[in-house]
Amino acid sequence: MNISGNDLILACSAIGAGLAVIAGIGPGVGQGIAAGYAANAVGRNPGAKSDITSTMLLGQAVAETTGLYGLLVAILLLFVKPLTW
Amino acid sequence: MNNAILMASGADIDIMVHGLISYNVFGQTCWITTTHVCLLILMIVLIGFFILANRKIKKASEVPDGFQNVIELIVEMLDNMVKGVMGANSVKFANYISTVFIFILMSNISGVLGLRPPTADYGVTFALGVMTFCLIQFNKFKYQHISGVLKGLCDPWPIWAPINIISDIAVPISLSLRLFANILSGTIIMALVYGLLGWIATFWPSVLHVYFDLFSGAIQTYVFCMLTMTYINQAIDSE
Repeated sequence: MNISGNDLILACSAIGAGLAVIAGIGPGVGQGIAAGYAANAVGRNPGAKSDITSTMLLGQAVAETTGLYGLLVAILLLFVKPLTW
Repeated sequence: MNNAILMASGADIDIMVHGLISYNVFGQTCWITTTHVCLLILMIVLIGFFILANRKIKKASEVPDGFQNVIELIVEMLDNMVKGVMGANSVKFANYISTVFIFILMSNISGVLGLRPPTADYGVTFALGVMTFCLIQFNKFKYQHISGVLKGLCDPWPIWAPINIISDIAVPISLSLRLFANILSGTIIMALVYGLLGWIATFWPSVLHVYFDLFSGAIQTYVFCMLTMTYINQAIDSE
């Protein structure tokens, strides 16, 4: 079987894309912590539910950013193929 | 090529933006892409809605009915959202934030209607991010004057100035990348479901549409507008 340099780079890009989306672990943990504390806060003060929800969503969306960077790296590796020639 | 506009129509997985017409600007080849077409459709729909709303509200009745109720509900909700974050500054920015909110929301949920969401193109979201950046910097110079801006730049010590400049520039990039990546991931997952599963994906992907297009799109719209308002507010009354 003949494997050219380009094929090898494509295969390695696929592996790299898989590794890049491991970044999703961090935001998962972070969003879980935020949601847990928000549930805690609603339990203590049910009257402030709407405020707590909007703050939680904002914080979670900001925490999500690093995971999305991992996703972007994976998408670039798979679809734009910057390393091949 | 016409099929490219309709994301969910074909059996092949199609998530890319396609060029339709090419033209030359100063020796550079530019393309009219499917994103432009989707944006144009969106614009026509939105402008039609706005003209109808304007006509209705000009001869508004004392007791609102039907369509007038809907318009008042939308405007009131957006005004309250802006007022909740910006307080006294909300009068000047309510128009801009509401427009951006409606535009981003409509383009995010246009995935349900079979269009490729225009916000899944980095060109669109980056333009929105740059608009936010210009607003932040303009208001900074307007309300804190040059002395205040310089003082904020050399915050603890003057040696930190490059880092503060980088963190200023990172604002529009992270704002636009967040919106872009969220919508793009939803688009890719929907395309994979439709493309890989073929005829099995007949009715049940509607559940995924509700999550990836409606819920995620609404949340990201809210987050984009909230962050824009927070940054502008920070620029206006820091100290």
